[in-house]
Amino acid sequence: MAYGSVVASVRLESVTKTFGPVGESGDPASVAVDDVTLHIHDHEFMILLGPSGCGKSTLLRIISGLEEPTAGVVFIGDTDVTDMEPKHRDVAMVFQSYALYPHKTVQANIEFPLKVRKVPPKDRAEQAEAAATLLGLTDLLKRKPGQLSGGQRQRVALARAIVRRPAVFCMDEPLSNLDAKLRGETRAELVALHQRLESTFVYVTHDQVEAMTMGSRVAVMNRGRIEQVGTPAEVYGRPESVFVAQFIGTPPMNIFPAGLVERSEVIVGIRPEHVAIDAAAALRATVALVEHLGHETLVHCRAGDLRVAVRLDADEVAPAVHTEVGLAFPEAHRHRFDPATSRRLTSFVPADVASTKGAGA
Amino acid sequence: MTTARQRRTRREWGLAALLLTPSLVILGVFVLYPLGRAISLGHQRCDATGTRCRDNGWDQYLDVFRSREFQRALGVTFRFALMTVPIGLVLGVALAVLVDKQLRGMSVYRTIFSSTVATSVAVASLMWFFLLEPSVGVLADWIGGTAKTPGLLRDDSTALWAVAVSSIWANLGFTFIVATAGLQSIPAELYESAYVDGAGGWTRFSNVTVPMLGPTLLFASVVLTGRAFQSYGEFDLLTGGGPNGSTTSLTYLIYGKNSTIKSDLGLQSSVAVLLFVVLLVLSLVQVRSVERRVHYGN
Repeated sequence: MAYGSVVASVRLESVTKTFGPVGESGDPASVAVDDVTLHIHDHEFMILLGPSGCGKSTLLRIISGLEEPTAGVVFIGDTDVTDMEPKHRDVAMVFQSYALYPHKTVQANIEFPLKVRKVPPKDRAEQAEAAATLLGLTDLLKRKPGQLSGGQRQRVALARAIVRRPAVFCMDEPLSNLDAKLRGETRAELVALHQRLESTFVYVTHDQVEAMTMGSRVAVMNRGRIEQVGTPAEVYGRPESVFVAQFIGTPPMNIFPAGLVERSEVIVGIRPEHVAIDAAAALRATVALVEHLGHETLVHCRAGDLRVAVRLDADEVAPAVHTEVGLAFPEAHRHRFDPATSRRLTSFVPADVASTKGAGA
Repeated sequence: MTTARQRRTRREWGLAALLLTPSLVILGVFVLYPLGRAISLGHQRCDATGTRCRDNGWDQYLDVFRSREFQRALGVTFRFALMTVPIGLVLGVALAVLVDKQLRGMSVYRTIFSSTVATSVAVASLMWFFLLEPSVGVLADWIGGTAKTPGLLRDDSTALWAVAVSSIWANLGFTFIVATAGLQSIPAELYESAYVDGAGGWTRFSNVTVPMLGPTLLFASVVLTGRAFQSYGEFDLLTGGGPNGSTTSLTYLIYGKNSTIKSDLGLQSSVAVLLFVVLLVLSLVQVRSVERRVHYGN
């Protein structure tokens, strides 16, 4: 198949999107996307990750052409598509709700993008057949969406997106309506699909597990801005801001206010798996809760107002609840942030970026 | 010995009967009894006072159905429905689509377009009478209703259309409101998805709006057909069934002041029952024939 035959990089240059009346555009509450510059490479699986309301969906809609940016330029390949209608952009979109036409059969749903483009019926059927085969839908072609399970509907939505062989796939939380087990399976299938199609995927999610497991790169967004763009290992191992450090990782990175761990005036962060329980350590804390998760154990400690999460391997012995422990923060694993900007202090690089334990999950 | 379950069942039946009684009484007094009375009166011929009637048997229904007056009125009624229902539906949906936008000021248009719901048939008819009547009408002057011609309402060939226009206008608010509600229940993603896939405005309308409005349109068409068959005020106020019986609908035949059977309670009942049967059959046909093609969501 001729998927990915075109160069489909996506470049966003200083893109801003404000909602509401023009006169109030200075109001920060109405700024959905704030001066975002992002280069998505050809054939990349780019994840836009962030909490709800961070502007990730708006950014995706700007790429797909459903929203017009208030300022800035959007390129797909070498073409400036800022003022172009979606149909000229060669993009396909998968919606969270799947947006299947309930009155059309699965086959008619998949064929719809081709029908709109006046593809002859015979070619339409062939291409729909190919897309349906790829997603294991051949037995369901005559059914209507109402007769399908959530997972099957999701596949029909994907089939409808790939049937036209677009250069760029935009996906807006496509897995969030599936149950946990199916979501896990579909994650792997989407990665496989991406490899097979060799197209550019732009994928919006608020779920860090999806981001870490599927993305070639992750753009972490907060309040309309991009906090950091990097591979999953980079955003986990070397977070560029306190926000990224705390948004990625479960439980999130422990953050200590300036002056608490180190004399110098910097915020110090440390991942739960890097906190050492050490009887000789200076910081004394009380164990508040111990969670045995099978493959790991989470120990939640309290020292005054401070809460510290510690992750232990399953074979390590966890301290009992209410006992006092000493907590040590190895120098090599400390992340330092500027208290004024919350940005990472780059002069310091922890020694173990490459050897970080499994991400997220 | 009764089990606890049987006792509970009996108690529930008692409660159900108690709760249903008020609506059953109302239904019986205002619907079932009059219907039964009309069916029995339909057997009879009565004199002008309506007190002395003699029974003519079930054959009277057949005789009435075959009569020239009934057939003509049935034809008028059908034509009236065919004029008002499709045009009313198209106009109502078109107006609803026009104002189904998130723009400032749209609510003003919504209010205007739905206002005819609050206009009684009498007011609507009088308004159109003043527009169309040659002696006073504004529209009549434009549409050639000068002194030379009798005017749209007095001309055999145009009178029914004139009544239909008034009726379409009066029912537009209803169709508009129902269509607007239908439009607002269509998920925005369906339009967005079609838009990204390259569908233009017309394709989106025909592939998303119309099929998704299916149940709404079916409902509106059944209601509008029912209203068309039961319209009376328009005929009474605008044309009085004339000229030459060209606007004598079934309802006007039953009750109109110029009706040929106005003094015979038996014949009137007979026509009324036949109208009921015709409308019942028509509604069933409508629902059955369209329902298979209508999608009711998941």
